[in-house]
Amino acid sequence: MRITPPSGWWALPLGELWNYRELLYFFVWRDIKIRYKQTAIGAAWAVLQPFLTMLIFSLFFGRLAHIPSQGLPYPIFYYSALLPWMYFATALQNATNTIVENQRLITKVYFPRLALPLSAVLSGLVDFGISFLMFIAMMIYYRIHPTAALLWLPLFLLLAVLTALGVGLWLSALNAIYRDVRYVLPILVQFWLFASPVAYPSSLVPERWRWLYGLNPMAGVIEGFRWSLAGAGHPPSRLIFVSVSVVLVLLVSGVAYFQKMETTVADVV
Amino acid sequence: MTETVIHVEGLGKRYRVGERERYLALRDVLTRAFSAPLRRGPRRTPDYLWALRDVSFDISRGEVVGLIGRNGAGKTTLLKLLSRITRPTAGFAEVRGRVGSLLEVGTGFHPELTGRENIYLSGAILGMSKREIDRKQDAIVAFSGVERYLDTPLKYFSTGMQMRLAFAVAAHLEPEILFVDEVLAVGDLEFQKKCLGKMQDISESGRTIVFVSHQMNQIRRLCQRVLWVNDGQIREEGSAGKVIASYETSLMRGAQNGQGDAGASVFLGWEIAGEGNTLKDGLKQITLNFMVSPKAGVHRGHFGLHIYNDANLLVASWGFEEVMLEPGLQQLQIMLPYLPLRPGTYTILCSLYNGGNNLTGGHLLEVWNAIPFLAVDTLPLSHQQDNWAGLFNIPADLKTVARVEKKA
Repeated sequence: MRITPPSGWWALPLGELWNYRELLYFFVWRDIKIRYKQTAIGAAWAVLQPFLTMLIFSLFFGRLAHIPSQGLPYPIFYYSALLPWMYFATALQNATNTIVENQRLITKVYFPRLALPLSAVLSGLVDFGISFLMFIAMMIYYRIHPTAALLWLPLFLLLAVLTALGVGLWLSALNAIYRDVRYVLPILVQFWLFASPVAYPSSLVPERWRWLYGLNPMAGVIEGFRWSLAGAGHPPSRLIFVSVSVVLVLLVSGVAYFQKMETTVADVV
Repeated sequence: MTETVIHVEGLGKRYRVGERERYLALRDVLTRAFSAPLRRGPRRTPDYLWALRDVSFDISRGEVVGLIGRNGAGKTTLLKLLSRITRPTAGFAEVRGRVGSLLEVGTGFHPELTGRENIYLSGAILGMSKREIDRKQDAIVAFSGVERYLDTPLKYFSTGMQMRLAFAVAAHLEPEILFVDEVLAVGDLEFQKKCLGKMQDISESGRTIVFVSHQMNQIRRLCQRVLWVNDGQIREEGSAGKVIASYETSLMRGAQNGQGDAGASVFLGWEIAGEGNTLKDGLKQITLNFMVSPKAGVHRGHFGLHIYNDANLLVASWGFEEVMLEPGLQQLQIMLPYLPLRPGTYTILCSLYNGGNNLTGGHLLEVWNAIPFLAVDTLPLSHQQDNWAGLFNIPADLKTVARVEKKA
């Protein structure tokens, strides 16, 4: 192995990441183990967080503001959107902070730094799984039968994971150098929530602005979740291809920026 | 022919100093960008510091190499570059083999996890596979001596217990090349001994170790070869005894400067005839030469010669009476049939009296702490364990002879 000054070229160290797959597994395992340590009800929080948010949304946006819900009961309408959204928001937050939180590790031992945001994004899937069980219970309660569209769900989930990873790579690298990111992030997440059809159906958005939605991959993800889980609305239109392209651009540029930052991170973080 | 596993050529690392770019806020970048066109005068160039510059060396498979030098000399930076934690600014290094680095005790430990969970986490971070940890878990636990608390969160451990557990994990790493940065300084004496023993085992199994320490007996005991890093460069490299002696001498010289009047010294220097300041064979005849230059003649003088070991114990001492010296440069020659000292660094103390010794009313001309130190760099011949090795280094053979009892 040759150790040289950083050059302008970068390459995605997929092979190396594969060699370190066990470490990646341990990072995910650590994140999950630690998340609910010293809490009284532990992993029940993974259900309670989206569930309570769903209650609040149902009460204020549903009962009080009478926002249309595509013919779905409000709890189902909101919970099916909060599932991917809660995952995305937490994964993004964890990925952004991961480099700063592990700075001791970074300055003391070598491993592909890419393992950190990757594990942050992956560990959120466990919470997603737990809160998904709650959704199944709600489906039974409301007697909603899933359709064949359910088969598309993993793809929408994958899109959510990749979106969180793409943006997370950018933000975690930026956060290592500019701590301002920490303060911008909550505002960004809040703005993004309202820019996505979580609290309202996308049909509320005027037709001529609809194309903008394609630029927000989470809009496609959330619409896709509602469609494949509860059969509401239409299958995602051609806009989903715009979303996929946006995610790919974010991902490739994110990896490039992250790799560039990686060469100096132990000196600046 | 030994195989080179680490090849370093012209390696350098530059850091920005002064206006440190840590916690750089976006605001600073923006204000700088906006005010740059308005600023008058020459642009302030940032100050750079070469933490390491133009370092080259080779290490062969199975060697145990010590890195010594003052704080801030660049030892840790060198280890960080070799273990890929940070990238060099210039030059390159080639490392062949699986690398394990131990720059800190307890890398990756998390206070909320239990002792057992931390063994896995830290082990994985240091480069062990899960299967490897499964296999070594019992040995790690036994080595650490914290069995009872294994399922307690680490935050309830005492610092000492955390250290024990951390080192136990690290000690069971089995990389082909191991970088260790001053981590043996933790724990109580007994535990330190255990760790040193473990390091010795590792080196005996043919693996390569690069080891930073400020404790010279550790270095002397573990390392065959030593690199002395000073101001980001390799100042000297060679056998442990020799390099350590010149390093300690330089520390000593630094401490002595500013004290006493060096110009008035009678003693100018010393050497072992033909060998410099390093004793390579304590069992053959040697001659010690002391260069002196008294201002006035010495008549019926007394020359005292004392050798102390690093624990400041007087190991050997001689007094020579009736010493006659002319003014000006000359040499005092002491012939010794042998000097069987254990390997290590020794201080030579000389005293010179005029007209008698300290008891017969002589006049003290000078007491001289000889510089450089005496390095004894011979094969160790005494007991293998440090605390039984004694002061002397004398060869001995064991023979079992049958003995017939005479019947009465």
